[in-house]
Amino acid sequence: MASVNLKKVRKTFGRTEVVHGVDIDIEDGEFVVLVGPSGCGKSTLLRMIAGLEEITSGEIHIGDLLVNTVAPKQRDIAMVFQNYALYPHMTVFENMAFSMKLAGRGKREQRERVDEAARILGLEGYLDRYPRQLSGGQRQRVAMGRAIVRDPQVFLFDEPLSNLDAKLRVQMRTEIRELHQRLKTTSIYVTHDQIEAMTMADKIVVMNGGHVEQIGSPLELYDFPANLFVAGFIGSPAMNFLEGTLVTTSTGRGVRIAPDCVVSIESQQPDGHQVVLGVRPEHLVIKESHTDAGMANDTAGIEAEVIVTEPTGADTQVFCRVAGKELVAISRQRHLFSPGTRIRLEAQARHTCLFDSDTGQRL
Amino acid sequence: MADSEQREGMHYLESLPRRWVTLYIPLLLFLFFLLFPFYWMGLTAFKPNAELLSTEDNPFWVVAPTLEHFKKLFIDTSYPSWMWNTIIISVVSTFLSLAASVFAAYAIERLRFKGSHQIGLAIFLAYLVPPSILFIPLATMIFHLGIFDTRWALILTYPTFLIPFCTWLLMGYFRSIPFELEECALIDGATRWQILTRIVLPLAVPGLISAGIFAFTLSWNEFIYALTFVSASENKTVPVGVITELVEGDVYHWGSLMAGALVGSLPVAIMYSFFVEYYVAGMTGAVKE
Repeated sequence: MASVNLKKVRKTFGRTEVVHGVDIDIEDGEFVVLVGPSGCGKSTLLRMIAGLEEITSGEIHIGDLLVNTVAPKQRDIAMVFQNYALYPHMTVFENMAFSMKLAGRGKREQRERVDEAARILGLEGYLDRYPRQLSGGQRQRVAMGRAIVRDPQVFLFDEPLSNLDAKLRVQMRTEIRELHQRLKTTSIYVTHDQIEAMTMADKIVVMNGGHVEQIGSPLELYDFPANLFVAGFIGSPAMNFLEGTLVTTSTGRGVRIAPDCVVSIESQQPDGHQVVLGVRPEHLVIKESHTDAGMANDTAGIEAEVIVTEPTGADTQVFCRVAGKELVAISRQRHLFSPGTRIRLEAQARHTCLFDSDTGQRL
Repeated sequence: MADSEQREGMHYLESLPRRWVTLYIPLLLFLFFLLFPFYWMGLTAFKPNAELLSTEDNPFWVVAPTLEHFKKLFIDTSYPSWMWNTIIISVVSTFLSLAASVFAAYAIERLRFKGSHQIGLAIFLAYLVPPSILFIPLATMIFHLGIFDTRWALILTYPTFLIPFCTWLLMGYFRSIPFELEECALIDGATRWQILTRIVLPLAVPGLISAGIFAFTLSWNEFIYALTFVSASENKTVPVGVITELVEGDVYHWGSLMAGALVGSLPVAIMYSFFVEYYVAGMTGAVKE
């Protein structure tokens, strides 16, 4: 096990810079997920840690060792690839023992370590099979087994679950987590799926356009996103954004999102500031329908028109339109609004986030 | 299997007359044109001279088959040594070319060095130069090397067209091997040489076999270089030997000519029948995981 430190790491392909000076500190035994949309540089970063891509500038340390010019095999890492990269002409046993064979380890040691890994992963009965005779989930396990037998300092995962179906993905997610809790090996995991990131990580690194947008624990990122990008990327359904101006009314501070609609918030910023108000769907409380008496006098809520209602069983997602923008609210109650119904939504002031309109940074 | 299922699935769209017009009749015509020369060759090889020259007998059948032409071929000419020469030259030049092509194709396709694309293109262009032009400078080189009229003259010149061909075929095949396998092996601790010998080559066996068969067939049938670089009867190859020694002036020994062609095409036919599955897999170039 070892820590991994990235200092001002840059990568350019020709004239295009794809990673712009990234600093990340990964502690010993941590499970870190690099997440971001495709093309954000997360896989390139992982490949640079693995030694499969050259580092244009900056430093990568694994443990105390500066690995910039160290060959992949000397970095003491193991990598699980998206398409598993199992050697098709070798059996499961040979696949898992390949690295030990190259290192000249004895037959008995190979057998013992492969058996141990197979036991952990439930692959005991499959050691003589070829990769083509295995299901997707089993192949994925073999790929992990190949990493485990090497007992490396760092595990690297490059979108390992994206080729599996939804159900298997959830199962393998748990298995990888369990494996990490058991082996406690430092792990770096790349995914574009924010749910994978949220559920698996000790620490998430959100990347966008070759920059690190924010580093933090899953809930930190969820509750206190540093900017609009993180706020919009983490969470499903995504956070609702409403543009408006900060104002002070008789009831307190608020954001005016339409001439006749002010959403109450808590903020120290001066009036007149252009802001983007962020509210998570579960923090929009559906108050009552427009037909209810006394509604007209209630100015605390946001007036909205229902577009569609999607019950998922456990909760109901209500998509509606406010001042020309679409919002989504999640409620534990089983609402069944027909399209066009006018409802009122109340944003819970202490859960709202304010972002600067110009910079996108959180205020 | 999926293929046959698909055919089953669409079967209801095809009536029998339609199948005759679109499938069976064109296929039969094609088969006829393809196989008739071989039939004629076999027929002539076993036909006595009297029948061959007679205008009254049915030309498409043989009444009294004879082995006379084979006897003449094997006893009166140096056919066995032509055969032996052809085998040696084809096998050695095929192996030399394959070895060189594996390195060239792997380097161009996977080492990503500067100008690798241009080198790949240059090798292909070399293949486009016709042998009928190339044999003149090659002849000079062979004279200077002192290997004129030896087997080496052909063993060393055949790779000039075999290497470009095999390199291009193998480049396509190597491209179909997922890059991640090599990266994974790299992390597993393999050197470039180990990656080539333990990962890439075992996976490229179908490609190697089809390149090998192609190279073997090309050198087996080669004519121009064999005709110009070799003159002693005992050093000739089958294609050249049969033409030069069994046509005397304007006298064509048709029976022996055809017997020579028949025996000469057997090794290639046997090779193809053994490796036909690999051959197809090699041409379609796919590594199944």
